[in-house]
Amino acid sequence: MTIRKLNRGVALVGAGMSKFGAFPGKSSRDLFVDAFQEMLASVDKGFDPNDIEALFIGNFSSDLFENQGHTAPIMADWVGLTPRPATRVEDACASGGAALRQGILAIASGLYDIVLVGGIEKMTDQPIERVTDTLATAADSLYEVPAGFTFPGLYASMATAYMDAYDANPDVFLKVGYKNHENGSLNPKAQFGQRIADIMEIRKKSAAKKGLPIPEWADEMAFLKDERANPNIAWPMRLYDCSPVSDGAAVVILVSEEIASRFSDNPLYVIGSGQASDGAIHDRPTLTSLPSAKKAAEIAYEMAGVKPAEIDVVEVHDCFTIAEIIATEDLGFFEPGQGWKAVEDGKTGRGGERPVNTSGGLKSKGHPVGASGVGQVLEIWKQLRGEAGERQLPGNPSLGLTHNVGGTGQTCTVHIFRRGKP
Amino acid sequence: MSEFNHTTHYAALGEGKLTGSRCKSCGKTYYPARPMCPECHGGEMEAVEFSGKGKLAAYSIIYIAPTAMIEAGFDRKNPYCAAVVALEEGPRICAQLLGVDVKQPERIKIGQPVTATFMKRGEGEAAKTFLGFTV
Repeated sequence: MTIRKLNRGVALVGAGMSKFGAFPGKSSRDLFVDAFQEMLASVDKGFDPNDIEALFIGNFSSDLFENQGHTAPIMADWVGLTPRPATRVEDACASGGAALRQGILAIASGLYDIVLVGGIEKMTDQPIERVTDTLATAADSLYEVPAGFTFPGLYASMATAYMDAYDANPDVFLKVGYKNHENGSLNPKAQFGQRIADIMEIRKKSAAKKGLPIPEWADEMAFLKDERANPNIAWPMRLYDCSPVSDGAAVVILVSEEIASRFSDNPLYVIGSGQASDGAIHDRPTLTSLPSAKKAAEIAYEMAGVKPAEIDVVEVHDCFTIAEIIATEDLGFFEPGQGWKAVEDGKTGRGGERPVNTSGGLKSKGHPVGASGVGQVLEIWKQLRGEAGERQLPGNPSLGLTHNVGGTGQTCTVHIFRRGKP
Repeated sequence: MSEFNHTTHYAALGEGKLTGSRCKSCGKTYYPARPMCPECHGGEMEAVEFSGKGKLAAYSIIYIAPTAMIEAGFDRKNPYCAAVVALEEGPRICAQLLGVDVKQPERIKIGQPVTATFMKRGEGEAAKTFLGFTV
C-alpha cells in the first residue's frame, strides 16, 4: 500500500466544548456557541474569529432530533461567520471525526489556512423510542433493522460473538463502565460525572426520600449486576454498558503548520489521519473486530510513522462497553482476544500501562453523536498540553490518538496528534 | 437482466423462499441479493435459492425495542432474540431467532444449527413477511 502523506502540515491551536448532558430549552446552536466561546479563550496568543475561512460541522441527525436540517450555515450564522462556506458532514456517530478529517484535508490542500471544525447533536428533546429509531437509521434499514436489531442489540451481538470466541466473562463489560465512570468523575464536562459508588449513594438517598426500602449492594459490581439497578437493554449489554442520550457541542481550530506559531507556542500537530468504510454487520468476515477501524488505524499509523505502543493518550469510541474492548484490539494495543483480559488486569485504567478514555469516554462524558468525534480531540488537547487537571496522565504525554466509529463500523476515523514539531 | 432489491427480497420471503443472487462472472453468491457484484464489480447477476439452513453466529436479547417491534408486541417484559445467522451457503443475514428461552440467554449456543421460518406481520396492504430462524 502507498503511504499517503498530507500535502502540508496541519496544527491544532484551539479547542472548546460545551458541557455534555441533557439541556431542556437549549438548541444545538446554543451549545455550539458555548463550545465556540471556550475555543476562543483557549487560543494561547489570542484569536480573531474573523480569520476563520471555512467551517466543517459534524452532525448526525438534527433533522430527526430537532426537526432542523441544513444545520451548518445556522452554526456559522450564530457565531458570526457567514458568508464563509459552512458544510455539514454526516457519517452517523463518526460525523465529528469525519468533519475533522475534512478540515484537515481542506488545509493540507492549500485552499485554506484557518478552518473551524465543529460537532453538534441535540438528542434529549425526543422520547426514548424516537431516539432509538433515529439512531437505528445509522444501521441498514432494509436488512438489519427489520430483524429487530437496535444499536445496543447490534453491539450486544458482537459481544456474544466475542464471548464465544475468547471465553470472555460478561462481567468484564461492567468493569469497562465502572472504569469510565471513575475517569468521568474527574471531568467537569461529563454528563454522568459520578463514580458508580456515588450513583449507589444517590439511589439510596432517593429511595429514603421517597419512603421506599433502601437498596443494599455489597459493592459496585453487585450494583452493576442488579437487574433493578442496571437493567438489560440488549443482553449482554445493560444500561451501564450503554453510552447515554446527550446534548453537546465541540469545536477545534485547525491552521496550517507554517502559521501555527502566530496562535500558540504549544500547538498539537495532526500527524496521522485515516478513514475507512464497511457494509452491514452481517456482510463482514468477522463479528469480533471492526475491519474499518483496523483499516483506518493502519492508514493513520503509517502516515504518522508511529506504532501503537508509542501512543500515550487514547480516546476510543465506547458507545457500548464491548466497543471499547474491541477498539483496543483493532488499534493494536492488545492482541485479538486479549482486550478483555487487559480490562480484568486493570491495564486500561488511569494508572494502568495503557490508559483508555481518561475523559470518561462516551459512557460517562456523554455521547451527543455528531459532537463525540470532536469532543474526543478535546481530551487529547488537554492531556498533551498538561491541562487535564485531576485526571492528567503523568509522564508528559506527547502522542495522542482518537478513534471515532459510525454505526457498527460502517465508518471509522482514526487521528493521531503530536505535541511539538514532528 | 434480473432485478434484485429489497422489494424482490421481501416478495420472495412472502412466497416462502430465500432468493439471493450469484455473480455470473466470479460466481460469488449474495444473500440478501445484490444488483451488482461488490467483489468483482460485474453487473450480470442470476437468481439463486438458499436452503434456509444455517448456524447461529451472534445474538442479543432485545429489551428496549424499536417501534416496529413494539407494534409487533415486544417490550421489556416480552423481549426477543435478534441474531446474525451464517447460511450454509456462506452469506450471513440478520434475523429474529425463535424457539429460544430469552430468560436464559447464556444457554443459547453460537454455532448451533438453525432453520429459516417466515413471519407474516401487519394486515392487508401493510402485510409483509419477515425472515426468522428457529433452533
